[in-house]
Amino acid sequence: MKVLVCISHVPDTTSKINFTNNNTEFDKNGVQFVINPYDEFGLTRAVWLKEKQGASVTVLNVGTAETEPTLRKALAIGADEAIRVDAEPTDAFFVAQQIAAVAKEGEYDLIIAGRESIDYNGGQVGGMVAALLKWPFINACVGMEIEGDKASFTREIDGGKEKLSAPLPFVIGGQKGLVEESDLRIPNMRGIMQARKKPLAVKEAVDAEAKTKVGDFAKPEPKGAVTMVDADNMEELVKLLHEKAKVI
Amino acid sequence: MATTETPTKNFLKGGEFIIKESSADSVFIPEDFSEEQNMMAQATTDFIDKEVAPQRERFEQKDYGFTEELMKKAGELGLLGISVPEEYDGLGMGFNTSMLVCDRISGISGSLSTAYGAHTGIGTLPILLYGNEEQRKKYLPKLATGEWMGAYCLTEPGAGSDANSGKTKAELIDDGKNYKINGQKIWISNAGFADVFTVFARIEDDKYLTGFIVEKGTEGMSFGEEENKLGIRASSTRQVFFNDCVIPAENLLGERNGGFKIAMNSLNYGRIKLAVACLDAARRVTTHSVSYANERKQFGTSISSFGAIQQKLAEMTTKTWVAESATYRAGQDIENNIERLLAEGVSPSEAKLKGVEEYAIECALLKVLGSEVGSYVSDEGVQIFGGMGYSADAPMEAAYRDVRIARIYEGTNEINRMHSVAMLLKKALKGELDLMQPAMQVADELMEIPSFDTADYSVLFTEEKEMISKFKKALLMVAGKAVQKYGMDIEDEQELLMNASDMMIEIYATESAVLRAEKLAQTKGEEAAAHQINMAKLYLNNAAENIARSGREAIYSFAEGDEQRMMLMGLKRFSKISNPINLKEVRRSIAAKVIEENKYCF
Ligand SMILES: Cc1cc2nc3c(=O)[nH]c(=O)nc-3n(C[C@H](O)[C@H](O)[C@H](O)COP(=O)(O)OP(=O)(O)OC[C@H]3O[C@@H](n4cnc5c(N)ncnc54)[C@H](O)[C@@H]3O)c2cc1C
Ligand SMILES: Cc1cc2nc3c(=O)[nH]c(=O)nc-3n(C[C@H](O)[C@H](O)[C@H](O)COP(=O)(O)OP(=O)(O)OC[C@H]3O[C@@H](n4cnc5c(N)ncnc54)[C@H](O)[C@@H]3O)c2cc1C
Repeated sequence: MKVLVCISHVPDTTSKINFTNNNTEFDKNGVQFVINPYDEFGLTRAVWLKEKQGASVTVLNVGTAETEPTLRKALAIGADEAIRVDAEPTDAFFVAQQIAAVAKEGEYDLIIAGRESIDYNGGQVGGMVAALLKWPFINACVGMEIEGDKASFTREIDGGKEKLSAPLPFVIGGQKGLVEESDLRIPNMRGIMQARKKPLAVKEAVDAEAKTKVGDFAKPEPKGAVTMVDADNMEELVKLLHEKAKVI
Repeated sequence: MATTETPTKNFLKGGEFIIKESSADSVFIPEDFSEEQNMMAQATTDFIDKEVAPQRERFEQKDYGFTEELMKKAGELGLLGISVPEEYDGLGMGFNTSMLVCDRISGISGSLSTAYGAHTGIGTLPILLYGNEEQRKKYLPKLATGEWMGAYCLTEPGAGSDANSGKTKAELIDDGKNYKINGQKIWISNAGFADVFTVFARIEDDKYLTGFIVEKGTEGMSFGEEENKLGIRASSTRQVFFNDCVIPAENLLGERNGGFKIAMNSLNYGRIKLAVACLDAARRVTTHSVSYANERKQFGTSISSFGAIQQKLAEMTTKTWVAESATYRAGQDIENNIERLLAEGVSPSEAKLKGVEEYAIECALLKVLGSEVGSYVSDEGVQIFGGMGYSADAPMEAAYRDVRIARIYEGTNEINRMHSVAMLLKKALKGELDLMQPAMQVADELMEIPSFDTADYSVLFTEEKEMISKFKKALLMVAGKAVQKYGMDIEDEQELLMNASDMMIEIYATESAVLRAEKLAQTKGEEAAAHQINMAKLYLNNAAENIARSGREAIYSFAEGDEQRMMLMGLKRFSKISNPINLKEVRRSIAAKVIEENKYCF
C-alpha cells in the first residue's frame, strides 16, 4: 500500500500575523512554521498504516526550499520519503494540479490531505485533487479503516456522523479523529537523525495555472477596551449598547 | 561526527580568555545551531509542554513515580543517550547537542532537571569515561535507553565539599574476587529508583577514593527515607547505606586511588550541564512574568506599563540571554576540543575527558553564573507576581524554591569560585597559560600616562571591546599583585578569591554577550539585532560596576598607601565607561520587546 500524505507548511498557531507590501503579502519575518495540524493527524494515521499494515508513506509539499525543514520533521516522525514540488504555491488549484501529477506518476493507493490549511483556510485542495484524478473524496474524515482494496470511513457532519465506504484509490481531507491529539508523535532523537538519511526528492512543477489572485489582506479590528457597567445600572447598559456598540 | 566545524579551527584554550581577545566569528552562538539540532531541541520542548507541563502539580506533591515515569519516556524519545556513542545504543551526538537537550528538558521543574542531570551526567559519565569495555557494554546501553537509571554516591554526612574525606571503606575479600563495602552516603539523587550506583569508597588507607559500580538489589545495600526538601520535591533524594555489601572485584571503576579524579572530572561535565540546565527555567519564569505583568492591572493599567516592572523584565531577559551566550560558547569550545583530540588519534573516552577538563575553569564559572542568574530571575519573578508570587497556586513559588539547589550541588558556588581561581593559578604555574607577561604589562601600563587617542566609536562595539580588554587588565592587575603578595598562600585569602572569580565571571559573560550580538549584527544587520546589541551593552554596564566593586574590595584587602592609590586609579581607568548609555532607555526598549511578544523571545 502506497500512501501519499500532503503536507502544508503553515505558521505556528501562536505566531503574530503581519502583512507587508500594502497588505498584499504575508510577512514571514520571525514566524515559525509547522506541519499543518490537520495534516499531522493524517500523517500519524499514515504512520500507523505503515506500522500495522506495512504501508509505505511518502510526504509531499508544494513549496519553495524553505519548507524542507517541515518535510524533514515529517520524515523524523516516521514517513519513508519526501517529495517537494519546487514552486511557489500560488493558489489551491495550482497546488492540486501538482499533487495530482505526483499522484499519477507514483501510483499511490490513497492520498491523505488535511481538511483545510490553517493559514489560508481554503479547504479546497483535497477535493480538487480528487476531481483531477477522478477518485472519491471524503472530507472532514474522522475515521478510516482499510481492508484489501476497500475502505470504510467516518465523516463528521453537522450534528452527527456519517459512515461510508469507497474502493481504493481515494482522497481524504483528514482531521482530528483519524487519530487523537494524544496519539500525535513527538519525533524521537533517532528519528530526527534518520530523517537526514531518508530521500527528499525535489521535483519540477508541471505546467499549471492558478485560477485566483490575491488582492489584499486585512486583519480583524483590534479588540476595544472593555467598559464595566454596574450590575444595577441597566439604563446605562442599554444606553451604551444602543449608542456606542450600536447593537440594539 | 555531528559537527560541521573544522576541528583544527583556531579557538582559545581553557582560561585563555583572560589574556586573549576573541573575534565574533570565532565564537559559537545559539543561532548557529543546525536544523537538526533545533529539531531535537523543539522535540524536547514539545515533550515538556505536552506531556509534563499540564501535570506539573505532581512534582510539588512529591510524586516520585511521576519523575521516574518521565525519565522512562525521555529514554524512549532518545533524550538520555544524546552523547553516548552509537555502539552503546546512544546517539553519538556532539557535546553542544547534549547541552541543548539538557537545556530544554530542565526548565519545567527542578525535580526533572535533577533526575535528568543525575542520570545522564554523574550517573552515566563515570562509566562512559572510565569504564572498561565489559562495564560499558553491560551498563551504557541500558542507561542510554532509560531501561536502567543511574545514581552517583559521593557525598557522606561528614564529607560534602571535602569530598575526598569520605569514610566509606572497600575491602578486598575472598582472595581478591570481591570487594566488601561499608559506609553511608547522603543526598543521593535518583536513589529511590536507580538501578546502577557509582559509589566512591576508600581501599585501606589510600590517599584517594576509588570508584565502584554497585547494582540495585545487592545484599547489604539499603536506603533511607526520602528527604524533605525546600524544592525539587519530586526528585528522589535518599541516604544509601552499605553494610557488608559485597560486589565482584571487576566492578572497580577505573583504577584504585583514581576515584577522586573520576569524581572531579565528572563534576566538570556536571557543572557546565548545570549551567545550561538553569537556562530554560529562567526563560520560562521570564515568560510567565511578562504575561502576568501584561494581564495584571493596578491603578487602571497593566503593571507591565510601569518602569519599575519594565526594569525587572529587562534585567531578567538580559541576564538569561547573556548566560545562554556564555554557556553555549564554552560548550562549543569543548566540543571542538574533543573533535581536535579525536583527530589527533586520542581514544574517544580520553578525548571526552581531556576535552572538557581543559575548560574546567569555564565550567566552574558558568555553574556559578547559571545558578545565580536562575536565582535572580526567579526572585524577580516572584516580585512581579506580587502576592501571587508567594502563592503555591502560581508557578513562581516552585520555580523559586527549585532553582535554589543549583547553587549548592555540583560543588557549592563558593567551592566553584575558589576552584576557578585556583585552577587558573595552577595553569599559570604549570606554564600552560602565560599570565605573568600580561600581568607585568598591565603593571607597566599603570605607570604610564594613559593614551588619549580615541578610536572610531561609530563602529559597533568599539568602546565595548575596549572595555572588555580593560576588564581583563583590571583582573590581571588585582590578581597579579595579590599573587605577588601572598604567593600560593593566596588560597587562604578566600574573600580575595571570591572577588577575582566574580571578575572572571563578568569578563567571560560580557565578552560572550558582545561577541554574540556582534555576530548577529554581522549576519542579520544591526537593526535586526538591535535588542541583542542593547542587551550586550546593558550587561556590560552592569559588569563594569561589578568589576569595579570586586576590584576595590580586593585592593582594599591587601594594598596600602601609594600602591593602593595607584591600583585604585588603575582600576578606575579599567572600569570606567567614557560614553555612558542611557540605561533607563535601554531597559525600556528591551522590556518593550518582551512585553509586545508577551514572552521571552530571544
Ligand atoms: C488567495 C491565496 C493566495 C495565496 N498566495 C500564496 C503565495 O503567494 N505564496 C505562498 O507560499 N502561498 C500562497 N497561498 C497559499 C497556498 O496557495 C496554499 O498552500 C494553497 O493555496 C492551499 O491553501 P488552501 O488554504 O486552499 O489549502 P486547503 O485546501 O485548505 O488545504 C487542504 C489540504 O491540502 C493540502 N495542501 C494545501 N497546500 C499544500 C501544499 N502547498 N503542499 C502540499 N499540500 C498542500 C494539505 O494537506 C492541506 O491540509 C495562497 C493561498 C490563497 C488562498
Ligand atoms: C538535593 C540534593 C541532591 C544532591 N545530590 C547528590 C548526588 O546525587 N550525589 C552526591 O554525591 N551528592 C549529592 N548532593 C550533595 C551535594 O553535592 C553537597 O550537599 C554539596 O557538595 C555540599 O556539601 P555539604 O552539604 O556537606 O555542605 P558543606 O560542605 O558542609 O558546606 C556548607 C557551607 O560551607 C561552605 N564551605 C565548605 N567548605 C568550604 C571551604 N573550604 N571554604 C569556604 N567555604 C566552604 C560551602 O560553600 C557551604 O556554603 C546533593 C545535595 C542535595 C541537597
